[in-house]
Amino acid sequence: MSTDFEPRIIGFLCRWCSYNGADLAGTSRMKYLPNMVPIRTNCSGRVDPTHVLKALAEGADGVLIAGCHPGDCHYINGNYRTAGRYPLMEKLLEQLGLEHGRVRLEWISAAEGDKFAKTVTEFTEQIRALGPLDWGKQFEAEEAKTA
Amino acid sequence: MSKPKLALYWAASCGGCEIAVLEIKEKILDVAAAFDIVFWPVALDFKYKDVEAMADKSIDVCLFNGAIRNSENEYVAKLLRDKSKIMVAFGACATMGGIPGLANLSNREELFDLVYRDQPSLDNADGVRPQLKTEVAEGELDLPEIYDTVRTLDQTVDVDYYVPGCAPEAEQIWGVITAVVEALKTGVLPPKGAKLGVNPKTCCDECKKVKEEKKIKAFRRPWEFIPDPEKCLLEQGLICMGPATVAGCGARCTTANMPCRGCYGPPADVLDQGAKMLSTVASIIDAPTPEEIAEIAATVPDPVGTFYRFGLASSLLRRARI
Repeated sequence: MSTDFEPRIIGFLCRWCSYNGADLAGTSRMKYLPNMVPIRTNCSGRVDPTHVLKALAEGADGVLIAGCHPGDCHYINGNYRTAGRYPLMEKLLEQLGLEHGRVRLEWISAAEGDKFAKTVTEFTEQIRALGPLDWGKQFEAEEAKTA
Repeated sequence: MSKPKLALYWAASCGGCEIAVLEIKEKILDVAAAFDIVFWPVALDFKYKDVEAMADKSIDVCLFNGAIRNSENEYVAKLLRDKSKIMVAFGACATMGGIPGLANLSNREELFDLVYRDQPSLDNADGVRPQLKTEVAEGELDLPEIYDTVRTLDQTVDVDYYVPGCAPEAEQIWGVITAVVEALKTGVLPPKGAKLGVNPKTCCDECKKVKEEKKIKAFRRPWEFIPDPEKCLLEQGLICMGPATVAGCGARCTTANMPCRGCYGPPADVLDQGAKMLSTVASIIDAPTPEEIAEIAATVPDPVGTFYRFGLASSLLRRARI
């Protein structure tokens, strides 16, 4: 693995808790690694598995889903949906040969700027250790041969 | 005016689509009356060289079933694309990879190891494996090259229309054929990329079972119990792909008390059928804490084989990592 590999991470952040947690980390001038591109969603329950798979298929090395702590959901139980989808998605990705840990779920409240910063840095290092995913690459050789 | 020309071909498929065409019964005679069938390997003795000799775009409609998993499938797909005005992906395999697409959980070497080395009933002491070229007394023989990745027809050539299903239902096939005959007469064709022989809603819409609020405490499999024939199968804990599958089959499987497996593929605008179904299944688990919900969700035994039984090759990730 090349040492200059910079992980590309997509972060789906719930607008009520985790996105505000990210804002708090920013306004508090906390330092964390810049590898995650945040996407604000209305709820972690709005994060369709399609979004995660599309991110991975199109070049992301890892995906973070962050939402309100259970019991704190603005929509009462949106994050319970996320809680059910995540283990199924992990199992699916394992069957498809992705290493455990490419997709991560965290509950981060609006008050937890420090947890947000720590999560992003930790997750970035974790993906760096796993190396690039580069999903599209495995199709290139065969498709070039037969084009 | 001469009759429009029709070609039918099977690539990586089981032959069920060919049977499905005959399932229209005596109307097959109407097909023969309306079309000049110029290529149909299962029924008529034409060779590839006959197709190669045809002028480009001289075939009006090609119904192509089967996935693309070797160099022969691919060669004929490209050949028929060149020769045909309208290319139709016919059946689940051509549309989404179908059952052969599940080979994308593996790769060529693993498949060869299983088939030519590890099968307990195998008699292959010399370890013979398929070769692309073999010398025999009469000369050199060729075999098509098997690919690592099973592809859909539209991942290989430009496709005009899709007729999904494993296999497509007879009345839908007949509907498509009459629509094509009409369209060729009037010159007014459906928009390119349209799914033909489907209805706009989902399989649930055609399913007559009584549906209430979906809350599941445990997943069950069809062999474990006899489901109540009146009630929604999903509500009884069976993973029924109905909510993530486009209507058109008349809900035949659920009518026979078996869960839908999703062979008609996703409704319009759904990018990934398996992801949608995974989302649905996880959303209807009824448990008080996230931990318990996660525990129940993790009991689905084979997410890829369940949610992508027909659609792995056309899914966003397309295959397991090589």
